[in-house]
Amino acid sequence: MSVLVYTESENGKFKKAALEVVSYAKAVADQMGTTVTAVAINADENDSLGAYGASKVLSVKDGSLDKFNAKKHAAVIEQAAKNEGAKVVVLSSSADSKYLAPLLAVGLDAGYVSNVVEAPSSTSPFTVKRTAFTNKAFANTEINTDVKIVGLSNNSFGIVEAGGSASVEDFSPSIPDSGVSVESVDKATDKVSIADAEIVVSGGRGLKGPENWGMIEELADVLGAATACSKPVSDLGWRPHSEHVGQTGKPVASNLYIAVGISGAIQHLAGINASKVKVVINTDPEAPFFKAADYGVVGDAFEVVPALIEKLKAFKAQNA
Amino acid sequence: MKILVCISHVPDTTSKINFTDGDTKFDTNGVQFVINPNDEFGLTRAMWFKEKQGASVDVVNVGGPETEPTLRKALAIGADTAIRVNTEATDGFAVAKQLAKVAKDGGYDLVIAGRESIDYNGGMVPGMLAAMTDANFVANCIGLEVDGTNAKAVREIDGGKETVSTALPLVVAGQKGIVEESDLRIPNMRGIMMARKKPLNVVEPVDTNSETTTASFEKPAPKGAVKLVNADNIDELVNLLHNEAKVI
Repeated sequence: MSVLVYTESENGKFKKAALEVVSYAKAVADQMGTTVTAVAINADENDSLGAYGASKVLSVKDGSLDKFNAKKHAAVIEQAAKNEGAKVVVLSSSADSKYLAPLLAVGLDAGYVSNVVEAPSSTSPFTVKRTAFTNKAFANTEINTDVKIVGLSNNSFGIVEAGGSASVEDFSPSIPDSGVSVESVDKATDKVSIADAEIVVSGGRGLKGPENWGMIEELADVLGAATACSKPVSDLGWRPHSEHVGQTGKPVASNLYIAVGISGAIQHLAGINASKVKVVINTDPEAPFFKAADYGVVGDAFEVVPALIEKLKAFKAQNA
Repeated sequence: MKILVCISHVPDTTSKINFTDGDTKFDTNGVQFVINPNDEFGLTRAMWFKEKQGASVDVVNVGGPETEPTLRKALAIGADTAIRVNTEATDGFAVAKQLAKVAKDGGYDLVIAGRESIDYNGGMVPGMLAAMTDANFVANCIGLEVDGTNAKAVREIDGGKETVSTALPLVVAGQKGIVEESDLRIPNMRGIMMARKKPLNVVEPVDTNSETTTASFEKPAPKGAVKLVNADNIDELVNLLHNEAKVI
């Protein structure tokens, strides 16, 4: 009756979110007096998950799983959960995990709660805290089924090194046919994605035009951050839609969110409010973002951002 | 092609979020309800199929009579028929189960739902519905073409997008990108008048068990005031982010 966790990897390397979900699974397992089993697909260095609390890793190596397929990946996790007699399955909030989670829930007859932000407050009834109303509230939700699925919000629990070791077993589940096949993938491999980023630097209409994005990219570069933008900016075609964050765009749950020249419309704030620390740089002290932010600079982005880049470079040089 | 669009009845984004009954229920007092934005993008794409390729478009909601104005708005935008499953939407699983019954009974080729509702944000109904009806499923759908029984869809992934080929019957979870904001339609007077005469069928639910129960809601702790840093003193911002916020 272990806790099962699906640990995502990219090109064989575990994602940061994978280490976070293992850390979370370990906390749940400790509460329940059991152990953590991870299921990893086409990943290398599977035993490294021991450091974060996994006791066992089911290693699946199968060429037909090289490209993500929700139905196939859900089938692998479902079989792993049944094999292990898992009572709790932990998933991340990546686009892929959120895609497969409802399929897995139906397959396992499991109650599923997404956007969970804390370890369970109780394991009987199994109760977790999740965000609701687009980050304007939390819900304490009980899962009443025998098997439970928890979707952990990214960056909410953090990575915890437990210092254990894991045994690795080969696992060869049967892979079903899927009626969906990937034809092409268009992904910037040299950039940090908004979902994976610990820091996001976001620009708004206050930047006046797409030609001024160089400093946003430079600031992101110094911080190892992802770049994002407000809805008007993507609507105007200054930046690609994939960078649009907010209620109808991508959700952001980073540790640090820096908004440059963004006034802070309620739809924008709804999408980024899950970020832990928010910084706003805006010429207008009345901009609503100042009410939502932790730190603010009233000033011209064209002066403040270059100054910030310079100071951060000096800081990095000092702390390197 | 028979299309079903799933419509959530949600509080407008600008609504104040409060709870009643000892923080166990959402306080709907004074709240304006709208079509869930992610569903409206899907509905608009369905209208495109209807007009360009020929399709019937039904809309469905799981909820009480108070959700009917939202369904009427969908009819005013151009849907042909509305269906309301007469039960409270208790959790994602319970809603998916009711929708699966409607989808099966109606023999729909394509079901379009929103990526998530902006109230409970579960993001699970479309996938569960697909699994329950053995349909193909594409999440985070930002592009959809149908040719006969074949479909091509674009899915937003972390850091980019991917193009997939699939076939009907199909469930997609749509979002902005399946159509653009500028494509959205405001119902005109003629649409509103016609919507009054279009059928809105109320069906009774299949068994209504749910798998999760929300015991209570809470609001985030009130946030402290913003700490302002002088534009001439950016060192201080770096210092605060490092030593106080500990995020760099």
